[in-house]
Amino acid sequence: MKLMRTLLTATALVAVMGGSVYAKQLVFCSEASPAHFDPGPTAGGNDFDASSRTIYDRLVEFEHGGTAVTPGLAEKWEVSADGLEYTFHLRPGVKFHTTSYFTPTRDLNADDVIFSFERQWKSDNPWYQYLEGLSWDYFQGMDMPKFLKSIEKVDDLTVKMTLTEPNAPMIANLGMDFSSIVSKEYADQLAASGNLADFANKPIGTGPFVFVDYQTDAVIRYQAFADYWRGKVAIDDLIFAITTDPAVRAQKLKAGECDIMSYPAPADIEGLKADANLNVMEQEGLNIGYMAYNTTIAPMDNVNVRKALSTAINKKAIVDAVYQGAGQVAKNLIPPTMWSYDDAIVDTAYDPEAAKKMLADAGVSGLTLDLWAMPVSRPYNPNAQRVAEMIQADWAAVGVTANIVTYEWTEYRERGKQKDRPGAFQIGWTGDNGDPDNFFATLFSCSAIGVSNYSSWCNQDFETAIQDAKKVSDQAERTKLYTRAQEIFKAEEPAMTIAHSKVFMPMNKRVQGYTMDPLGIHRFDNVDVTE
Amino acid sequence: MLRFILQKLALIVPTIIGITIASFAFIRLLPGDPILAMAGQHGVTPERYEILKEQFGFNLPIWQQYFNYVGGILQGNFGISLATKRPVIAEFMTLFPATVELALFAMLIAVILGIPAGIFAAIKRGSWFDQVTMGVALTGYSMPIFWWGLLLIIFFSGYLGWTPVSGRIALNFFFPRVTGFMLIDSLLAGKPDGFVSALRHLILPAIVLGTIPLAVIARQTRSAMLEVLGEDYVRTARAKGLEPRRVVGVHAFRNALIPVVTTIGLQVGLLMAGAILTETIFSWPGIGKWMIDSIGKRDYVSVQSGLLLIALIVMAVNLVVDILYAVINPRIRVQ
Amino acid sequence: MSTDAATPTVAAGPLAGLREFWYYFSMNKGAVLGLAVFVLLILVAIFAPVLAPFPPDQQFREFIRMAPPWAGGTQPQFLLGTDEVGRDILSRLIHGSRYSLFIGFFVVSGALLVGVTLGLLAGYFRGWVDALIMRVMDIILAFPSLLLALVLVAILGPGLFNAMLAIALVLQPHFARLTRAAVLSEKSREYVTSAKVAGAGHLRLMFITILPNCLGPLIVQATLSFSNAILEAAALGFLGMGAQPPTPEWGTMLARAREFITSAWWIVTMPGLAILITVLAINLIGDGLRDALDPKLKRS
Repeated sequence: MKLMRTLLTATALVAVMGGSVYAKQLVFCSEASPAHFDPGPTAGGNDFDASSRTIYDRLVEFEHGGTAVTPGLAEKWEVSADGLEYTFHLRPGVKFHTTSYFTPTRDLNADDVIFSFERQWKSDNPWYQYLEGLSWDYFQGMDMPKFLKSIEKVDDLTVKMTLTEPNAPMIANLGMDFSSIVSKEYADQLAASGNLADFANKPIGTGPFVFVDYQTDAVIRYQAFADYWRGKVAIDDLIFAITTDPAVRAQKLKAGECDIMSYPAPADIEGLKADANLNVMEQEGLNIGYMAYNTTIAPMDNVNVRKALSTAINKKAIVDAVYQGAGQVAKNLIPPTMWSYDDAIVDTAYDPEAAKKMLADAGVSGLTLDLWAMPVSRPYNPNAQRVAEMIQADWAAVGVTANIVTYEWTEYRERGKQKDRPGAFQIGWTGDNGDPDNFFATLFSCSAIGVSNYSSWCNQDFETAIQDAKKVSDQAERTKLYTRAQEIFKAEEPAMTIAHSKVFMPMNKRVQGYTMDPLGIHRFDNVDVTE
Repeated sequence: MLRFILQKLALIVPTIIGITIASFAFIRLLPGDPILAMAGQHGVTPERYEILKEQFGFNLPIWQQYFNYVGGILQGNFGISLATKRPVIAEFMTLFPATVELALFAMLIAVILGIPAGIFAAIKRGSWFDQVTMGVALTGYSMPIFWWGLLLIIFFSGYLGWTPVSGRIALNFFFPRVTGFMLIDSLLAGKPDGFVSALRHLILPAIVLGTIPLAVIARQTRSAMLEVLGEDYVRTARAKGLEPRRVVGVHAFRNALIPVVTTIGLQVGLLMAGAILTETIFSWPGIGKWMIDSIGKRDYVSVQSGLLLIALIVMAVNLVVDILYAVINPRIRVQ
Repeated sequence: MSTDAATPTVAAGPLAGLREFWYYFSMNKGAVLGLAVFVLLILVAIFAPVLAPFPPDQQFREFIRMAPPWAGGTQPQFLLGTDEVGRDILSRLIHGSRYSLFIGFFVVSGALLVGVTLGLLAGYFRGWVDALIMRVMDIILAFPSLLLALVLVAILGPGLFNAMLAIALVLQPHFARLTRAAVLSEKSREYVTSAKVAGAGHLRLMFITILPNCLGPLIVQATLSFSNAILEAAALGFLGMGAQPPTPEWGTMLARAREFITSAWWIVTMPGLAILITVLAINLIGDGLRDALDPKLKRS
């Protein structure tokens, strides 16, 4: 008996020891293949998950689970009193990855930082056009060429960035994916051998994971970087199993073929929550789904007509049926988790009778208009066609006939942004950096008409508020200005805000320490798995 | 024989030229701007737009774009994918083996089950076996396979848990890619359990893709057998008192095989169409799914070269079938 | 049927021909069953507004994704349950039958008209006309049909009508080839020569003299195309390129509700079943027609 017990204990011990020898593996069922692994010229969340958040680091980083900026490759930085000069002090001793295709001879220095930006900025940089048809969308989109005057090396570990005018969101921009720091030494080596394209397909960074292999449209493999400057991460192997269909992803998670998945279909969430092996995390998304009225075309140039149309829509029913509990009714353009959100705003109440009366008072009867619906599912609106079907039914109840219009996705946006586009246009936005400016100015500033101001709405008071908010850096002061902007927005109703979607992250219970990110990216550097 | 082949080839040349024109033209008629499609939610500045347009040669006269395109193909250059910036031919070659593996396996299932089913149904004409088999075959032939695939996933992967949900092999198997066929590569890497895993992943999509060919082959085999069994020489063989199994096996089956082989060949084009749906449902990394994704992304270059390559492959297979048919059945050559 | 070469079948008394046809057709029990289901479907389509318990796009917001009463649902008025925005599935299926049958008829008529004309021209005139037409057909047939239809719909814009046009275009080469082959074999026959001698014009020769004698295989092919058209339209709908919501087209219904396959199976299962039953019925008819019209099989 005693012998038996000893034997059992011994076996258990061996088992435990044996277990600890095995590599800790995390499998992520991701939603789409990355275009490639250079985060500068790509634009999709799936591209960033696979490159900037695994392989690369930035000068500054967003904290886990928030939008506050923390030191990254830059240990600290100073901003001059006039807001024009940023001096970054780089962390010493940061190693680049060593792989079968590259062995670094030096640590990270100022040259790498300067190269990382100049390749996106200076058209005479040999890497500006290293792949056919490259475009640096985010660098352009965040207006970096307009704000950047120069980036200079002070010494090996100090970089000075000079701006043309003060720009409060600049530090947040440097935490974004396009600002990932790449290796100049690797670039030089590839330039010498002529294999420039390898830069995007065989990536080298300083990040927590080293790229191992990519099977097109199927699997991406990474290994933990042993010399990571923050220390090696807890898991050893990270695998992305690319699975485009959300229902199939959910099935795979249930079957244990993956440990964690992105973007479950709203319909599957109940079933995933009910599974005893799974844990479903959720978070308010940093996004807005809305419907833009063209405010320059009669009768929608009349604010009362716009309000009547919004009053006729049962938003709650839409959010229940389409978002299926994965969203909340939006009363403001920015989501409640963002600073400066004005909770004092009262939302337009659903009241078909009142809507009928408002329309009659405005002298509108027998109104027929186009109702645009995106052809694709977006994080801020899982099914625009279904939303359109419901709005169509609601409007029919107050005597408004809606024709549902849809086009292929790029064509849809292209037609939608035309100044003379008729009707009500469904669209939305996912925040890039957690700054309210990224919503207000991008979507409703006068200069965005014909670009991303789908309402063709230019209101002077609103414009003054958001432009002033860009120039001051005091957050309390900015909050006041954005509160004012939200009041004007509600009073003028250039668009009906529909919903902020919730984001869900279902995972196996063995996954420990995952934090959801409000910017919609997936990071695995602080994750551990239990056996 | 040689003359027959040359004749066939001569007919194919204008068709190939037509196909290059068609695949080139289609994609230029597509609405949605390829350059805008590449940009994210921020869009592109007008200056940048012009630069990109020039870079891709979209600013050249249309005929010049066409000749550049054909010139490139003749040198083996099928262009660079707008989405991934990799050569299209490289993308195609990495994904194509996955489709071939799936299609071959689907065809194997269809032939192994379809031919015996057809033969027995013909021999036992009018029996319950015949009626049930042909009923099932017609149902299979009428199946919306995208729906069928979803049902099978829910039942076998979801409910019973017998088969993996999607993918080509379990993720813990990681070996060098030699042929691109998981079944072969796993064995080359000396991992028989990897072979088993690949097989388990292959079975459900192959059943879905093989359903319609199976039905067609079973029906075709049955009617070919019936026809042959009615021929004089078979009747004679029977009358001479030859053993029934020998009559069927030697005389009837061999002659019935000719139309069946043609049918199998003709299924190749249909398999490609089926692969689009099957690969979409099972997230199978093959060219069917790749084409759908490329159309969605407005990846002009991938779609036009993908269309061309697929059409060329279908034509090549049909040519081989034609020649094989002529070899088996010399009468055709005279016509 | 065509053994009596001197006298075209049309002249041999249509009633007798029809009776003979029905005799052979009704020998095939499956075909009769298929025909019965098909007739039923046509009746359902015609009387859809009367038969359907609810309008197809009426949304019962309080009963979203309600299961059928025989599968745990609490609302007996929704016999097959409700869909993702609370519409009665049975009503939508009933109205959807109109679309499916319309797709079939439209596509087959279009493909027949174009294909037969091209085939007649090619077979009758031979030479460069033949070469040109047949090469174009070869090109169309070299692309997998669904892929070609997909690209065409992407060009024309997603929608039911464009989907039908695309399917008709990819199906018509089969008719062209069939017609051409039939014309080639008929052209040298005596009755054609005598009509020519009698001074019949090209059009008369093509359409009145030759065409009626090629009808058998064309009818069989038309039936096959009918079911193919329904399947392909559903596949396009499934890939988001077919009919657009709220149209109750079966493939589109299935595609839009695909996310509910595990949580609300009836939304996905019912339209798929409707497609299967319809296509099966038509294919049964097709088999019966082939048996009745194919003289070779008739002998055995």
